[in-house]
Amino acid sequence: MDDVTALTATTLAADVRAGRRSARAITDAFLDRIAATDGAIGAYLAVDVDGARAAADAVDAARARGEALGPLAGVPVGVKDVIVTRDLVTTAASKILAGWRPPYDATAVARLRAAGAVVLGKLGCDEFAMGSTGEQSAWRATANPWDLARVPGGSSSGSAAAMAVRSAALTLGTDTGGSIRQPAAFCGVVGLKPTYGRVSRWGAIAYASSLDQIGPLAATVADAALALEVIAGLDPRDATSIDAPAPALTAALDRGVRGLRVGLPREYLPDDLDPDVAAAVARARAILADAGATIVDVSLPHTRYALPAYYVIAPAEAASNLARYDGIRFGARAKDPADLDALYARTRGEGFGAEVIRRIMIGTYVLRAGSYDAYYRQAQQVRALVRRDFDRAFAEVDCVLAPVAPTPAWPTGATPTPLDMYRADVFTLACNLAGLPGLAVPCGATAAGLPLGVQLMGRPLDEATLCAAGQVIERATGPAPRAPWPPRGAA
Amino acid sequence: MKLLSRAEVDELAHLARLAIDDATRERLRGELGAILEHVAMLGEVDTAGVEPMTHAVAMTLRLRDDVPGPTLPVEVATGGAAVVADGGFVVPAVIRE
Repeated sequence: MDDVTALTATTLAADVRAGRRSARAITDAFLDRIAATDGAIGAYLAVDVDGARAAADAVDAARARGEALGPLAGVPVGVKDVIVTRDLVTTAASKILAGWRPPYDATAVARLRAAGAVVLGKLGCDEFAMGSTGEQSAWRATANPWDLARVPGGSSSGSAAAMAVRSAALTLGTDTGGSIRQPAAFCGVVGLKPTYGRVSRWGAIAYASSLDQIGPLAATVADAALALEVIAGLDPRDATSIDAPAPALTAALDRGVRGLRVGLPREYLPDDLDPDVAAAVARARAILADAGATIVDVSLPHTRYALPAYYVIAPAEAASNLARYDGIRFGARAKDPADLDALYARTRGEGFGAEVIRRIMIGTYVLRAGSYDAYYRQAQQVRALVRRDFDRAFAEVDCVLAPVAPTPAWPTGATPTPLDMYRADVFTLACNLAGLPGLAVPCGATAAGLPLGVQLMGRPLDEATLCAAGQVIERATGPAPRAPWPPRGAA
Repeated sequence: MKLLSRAEVDELAHLARLAIDDATRERLRGELGAILEHVAMLGEVDTAGVEPMTHAVAMTLRLRDDVPGPTLPVEVATGGAAVVADGGFVVPAVIRE
């Protein structure tokens, strides 16, 4: 049987535009796929059956009227639950936003819809995007479709798991310290974290505003490139969105890597790196070299300080951003408080989960008088040095190749301490500190069948080079397969 | 391993307006202590003369024309609140006689 859900977003949109398939038939196929898979996977927090069908019907009606269709016409997409969707319940996987229906669409979502995409529903994540496993959700943990006993990564857990099992043709995630790239690697899909400012953050529920960025997770590099072309661009509603021409990514996909200089930062290949992860990087290196790239050893000497800098700056910004959850203007509200202070404290104490409380407390600690200079200011200075390392490397090379995470996906419930979880971000968060684009692309699997990914990081606004190099890796390794369904190990 | 004092945790919880129970306070003493101990390694870095980086992109804030645009209707803007009256958010009394 013709399995529509196995097709790429690029193919689906082309088929809809050409009249080979109806948007409605595609949407119904993906809704069926959700119904079949999501009980076991838990990627979705909300599925908007009626809204999705209505949006698909609108695409088909527009085509019937002879109107020009957008680049994502009829493509079913899932949206991470920290990105707001008009009238569709959005909770950031937190009790404090239980049942909240936003009165507007995030700019990225509005642009997807304007391009003809069909929003299927909201995807699970770590609460307020704080976590690396998906286990920090107030509602449900998401399983890794390749091994249901393992985590899918995080915080864009549902976005990656839905792509792996293709219960969406394209998904949006957010990446503050690796939250698109790490779950993409754990689930064997493509994840693209754009340059800071490339995509409007309007409607992205803020975690750490100087680091947050919305980006796509996709089946192929071409799909990720197409999605970023749609959602990128200046937005008057986000003062940090960059006024740059829309990136011509799909046009750059086939330009290859001949003559490209690819840096291999030695700090990202420590002696104790997981051998499977090291092998994936070696494989990608060989593929790029065979395709004509020059591999150059580079050094990013402040790499080991990126982790502590991040875990000062991000919690500091989180403590400030999350002050808005006060029980008054939206979301949950504590019952029968004695006074206004009690209303604030009880609403927040009852509404936030353990990881969110930890980060607010750390952020409060580093921002308070007496520790500000030693922690927050020092971290911002180290951040400048991390960026300087990259600037120096990019004087010699066009992009760098690195692991995404230190290991493949680990078993559910196996994260010993919060600090251990933070260490899993060690290879992804420097990219956010420096504001650079980063691409996670599948590159093989472990002997047990767990996906492995590699990461490419590039100059600001140069997603095109990452996509071209990523596609070379993808072509050489073969397109990343869908996770098997029914899943391995299932009865 | 570094432990924060109960008083320190309580002070942070007060500053952050977070009501926490005794078990959470005890757990946070060690967890926050371990995280702060780790991030203290930032002190090893010589940052003399380095300008703090507050933002990933060097840009000045854009200004828009001072022209009113469309806004959400009041009932939509207040639609997500738990308690609303007369188009406003209701809070417990903050001024007592």
